[in-house]
Amino acid sequence: MNKLTLFGLGIVGFFIIVAIFAPVIAPYNPGQIDIENILTPPSSSHIFGTDSLGRDLFSRMVYGSRISLMVGFIAVGIAGLIGIALGAIAGYYGKWADTVIMRFIDIMLCFPTFFLILAVIALLEPSIINIMVIIGVTSWMGMARLMRAEILSLKERDFIYAEKAIGASDLRIIARHLIPNAMAPVLVSVTLGIAGAILVESGLSFLGIGVQPPTPSWGNILSEGKAVMGAGWWMMLFPGLSIFITVLGYNLLGEGIREKLLK
Amino acid sequence: MYQNNQRGAALRYSNKMELLIIDNLRKGFKKHKVRAVDDVSFSVFKGEVLGLVGESGCGKSTLAKLVLRLLGADKGSIFYKGKDLFNISHNDMRKTRKDLQIIFQDPYASLDPRMKIGKVIEEVYDIYKNVSENNRKSKTIELLETVGLGETYLNRLPSELSGGERQRVGIARALATDPEFIICDEPVSSLDISVQAQILNLLIELQKRKNLTYLFISHDLGVIGSICDRVMVMQSGKLIESGSCENVFKNPQHQYTKTLLESALLR
Repeated sequence: MNKLTLFGLGIVGFFIIVAIFAPVIAPYNPGQIDIENILTPPSSSHIFGTDSLGRDLFSRMVYGSRISLMVGFIAVGIAGLIGIALGAIAGYYGKWADTVIMRFIDIMLCFPTFFLILAVIALLEPSIINIMVIIGVTSWMGMARLMRAEILSLKERDFIYAEKAIGASDLRIIARHLIPNAMAPVLVSVTLGIAGAILVESGLSFLGIGVQPPTPSWGNILSEGKAVMGAGWWMMLFPGLSIFITVLGYNLLGEGIREKLLK
Repeated sequence: MYQNNQRGAALRYSNKMELLIIDNLRKGFKKHKVRAVDDVSFSVFKGEVLGLVGESGCGKSTLAKLVLRLLGADKGSIFYKGKDLFNISHNDMRKTRKDLQIIFQDPYASLDPRMKIGKVIEEVYDIYKNVSENNRKSKTIELLETVGLGETYLNRLPSELSGGERQRVGIARALATDPEFIICDEPVSSLDISVQAQILNLLIELQKRKNLTYLFISHDLGVIGSICDRVMVMQSGKLIESGSCENVFKNPQHQYTKTLLESALLR
């Protein structure tokens, strides 16, 4: 494994640990308002400073990592379920099932995803669950294509014919033999997809239609920071940097896995 | 017409022990504009070892897959014990599959790379529920021992096995359904010479002990001559000659068969 991949893995691991142990790591309650300490710059008592309501920024960032990562994982999980299932069906059954699913993917790819999400969120309420679902159902197409391509080549292998010969059902062949053997490239797509989902969530929250305050997410902390940009640089620097580093981490990890697999 | 065929095939099974009747089977591949199997008809008698020779790419493996209904045919019919396999309910076909098995040429491609050897066999029991869960492990070990492997192989992955060992696993898997008829699709041609003899001996021994019927596909006339009762010669999708091994080898009628025999003698 090369150094960049390890670096990516380190970043990903670090933020997952921060998210899991948020209550232990955060020195303050992320919602605790302190009127006497509004917008104080980073100091020894508040290492990332405080926000415009006097809340400890470091604690909010730590709790925000939970939201950002959760949105990333669950949104990609939803996309993965849809993409793997439809890709496997299209690849295995071929014929009209393939035609219908592939044309549906073509149609889905015609929508500018971010604006589709904006429109849907504007109609529904911007809750965390809605955001995860909408990101998930608009980002499965790449995985479906990868899965289909893998299965097209796998299904001509002798071990699949052997399964048919011993009387295995289609469901057994797809779920136990084809999908597990086709997962490797999809895994790359999942890793890169998490980075994409974190970015979309941050973007939505920055525009004020993502995760709603007072629940902290990196995107809405950044959004609050925008209002006080001149008075508190730390309000934009830390969330911006966190998003940047996390996305970089997932991308490096994904690229590393891809390289390893192509070798 | 169909009724007659069905009844005729049933009679031919009960009177002459024609286990499998292949009638005018055809399969083309549109992409390549060729007929891989071109109106092929033959019968397999119960308990015999029927050889099928021909150069690579002549349609032998496609024929094997058609006979087991692993591929769909364009035309023709297959009768197994008088049952028309192309006009059979899904349920009946599932039951019939048990009787018809196949051993593949490439033992590296015929095992799921992620599946442990024990699971490969146990899966068959899981599908047919013919062995109770408590007995599955002991039956699996018994079967592995039958093919010359043992308990130590249960938790190994195919990548940890040699080609010969993998082929033995392939044979064990085919035997797990307790079949009557096995297609051996070039079962030894991708193995080392020393291993070839071991696997051939195992196949012959199993055939005698369990009174199995084989369709034995090979491009090696020596192998065919040593184990087959009858032989068929295939060239570009067509069966051009068939008969007892002795007749075909001593007195070939078709020019292509003569060429095949000559090239085999030269080696």
